[in-house]
Amino acid sequence: MTEFFQLTLFGLSNGAILALAALGFVLIYKATGVINFAQGHFLLIGAYVFYAAMLVFGFHWSLAILAGIAVAIALGVLVERFVLRPMIGEDAIAVIMVTIGLSSMLGGGVQFFFGTSPKETPKFLPAGSLDLAGATIPYSRLAAIVIAAVVLTAFTLFFTRSRHGIAMRAVADDQQASLTIGISVRKVFALAWALAAVTAVIGGILLADLTGVSANLAGFGLVVFPVVILGGLDSVPGTIVGGVIIGLLAQYSAGYIGSGFEQIVPFIVLIAILMVRPYGLFGQTRIERV
Amino acid sequence: MISRAYQHPLNGSRMPPGETLLDVSGITLRFGGITALDDVSFRVTQGHVHAVIGPNGAGKSSLLNCLSGLYRPQQGSATLHTRAEGSSTTTSDLVRMKPHRIAALGVARSFQNIELFRHLTVLDNLMLGRHVHMRHRLLASLAWYGPARRQEIEHRELVEEVIDLLQIQAVRHTPVGALAYGFQKRVELGRALCLQPALLLLDEPMAGMNAEEKEDMARYILDVHELAGVTVMLIEHDMNVVMDISNRVSVLDFGALIADGSPAEVSSDPEVVKAYLGEELSE
Repeated sequence: MTEFFQLTLFGLSNGAILALAALGFVLIYKATGVINFAQGHFLLIGAYVFYAAMLVFGFHWSLAILAGIAVAIALGVLVERFVLRPMIGEDAIAVIMVTIGLSSMLGGGVQFFFGTSPKETPKFLPAGSLDLAGATIPYSRLAAIVIAAVVLTAFTLFFTRSRHGIAMRAVADDQQASLTIGISVRKVFALAWALAAVTAVIGGILLADLTGVSANLAGFGLVVFPVVILGGLDSVPGTIVGGVIIGLLAQYSAGYIGSGFEQIVPFIVLIAILMVRPYGLFGQTRIERV
Repeated sequence: MISRAYQHPLNGSRMPPGETLLDVSGITLRFGGITALDDVSFRVTQGHVHAVIGPNGAGKSSLLNCLSGLYRPQQGSATLHTRAEGSSTTTSDLVRMKPHRIAALGVARSFQNIELFRHLTVLDNLMLGRHVHMRHRLLASLAWYGPARRQEIEHRELVEEVIDLLQIQAVRHTPVGALAYGFQKRVELGRALCLQPALLLLDEPMAGMNAEEKEDMARYILDVHELAGVTVMLIEHDMNVVMDISNRVSVLDFGALIADGSPAEVSSDPEVVKAYLGEELSE
């Protein structure tokens, strides 16, 4: 039981962070139709920028978070403008290849500036832990769940209620009609990329505290794909459900089957889902008769 | 004569009735070797229902697409006359503007094949028609605080009046994709009206409808025109409807303007008769 508590908590916190990164993925896919294979690497950027701001430049952690968010917005807008916009109208596979290239650039860039060895961990979440039925519950994990939940709720509300959020959904539905009612599709694309980078960077900052800053974070970021495939590529609630399920499954398999399985199980789920329900739990069913 | 109790004017143009609202001059549009529009010129007068007719492939929809910025003609201009409160007329050439800027000037439109946001509700679709009139910034929108909320309520009032005018109260919260075709056409008209248009472009608003639905739609268009005073430019195939509701008719054939005048003038024009019925082979 103790072990179960512990695994559940770790699974939930990892899952919440995955949901953040996956939310960004879904935002980009919904608004612009691009499948962004670099989404996991935005996590990496977030962690390293936060590390650099806090421990290299000595900012207070709150300023370091703001720096991370600022870099994310700039990165998102620049990537949209200079990498994706020239690809408008190109083949979907070509666009996917470009985002894979982008992920290599981001990963390589981080190693170029920061080297390959793991960095000192920038701690900002509350230290210490709570004893619950014999299980050790670190406060930092609880805090991460709360922060991720708040950010996810805020973005979901933004997306369903606010004018800009609804404009994004409108663009996802019909670009031509959006133009003729006065929505600038370019601005919406830039906004989608900026917000996607921000959600992933917040996830990366949380991860930096919880697991340390190293190139391994990109591996964690890859698990975004099982999450979005499970939840549905175009579903915002799907990212939350998918993130939590994948996070928990990974921890349980590490705890009950054996260490190392947490790396494999999410991808087994991915393959299984693709075979059984390719549009995911909440994704839009697209059936084409040929 | 105006008897409705609506508070919000739907007409977004301050040009006096009878003056030129839109001056289309020498528009030429080519796709590769095909000339879709060949030196087309005419004027749309404030307060008119102006019909554009012509056989299939005459270039009617292409013309509308040029006016709303979706196509870029190689030559020509389309000058929209606008007037701010208490000031003189300013002109803007729609041909050189981006689509979302044209919408901000008050040129609203519907499409031949309905282009609605299928996954959003009727209400969301109509509220999106208010997009250009909403001014609050992104951060306020993210935080959903004061101004964002207040504005939303004001806009909602206007949207409710449009819902009332078009009699779509019952389907307010239904996702548009689930509605019947006739309703979708009405919602699309409603979304354009929510812009408070200076000029309303309707691309075949009655296409694919039965006689009764056509009659309803014609009545809504007349309401929009007579009660709300909106200038309407529409493409339509049904000649009876066109002759009934329009003040002026322009006729396109193979991309060229072959006639332009009152419905009576146009219907007796030999060129028009030839374009529609073909020519008798001379023995």
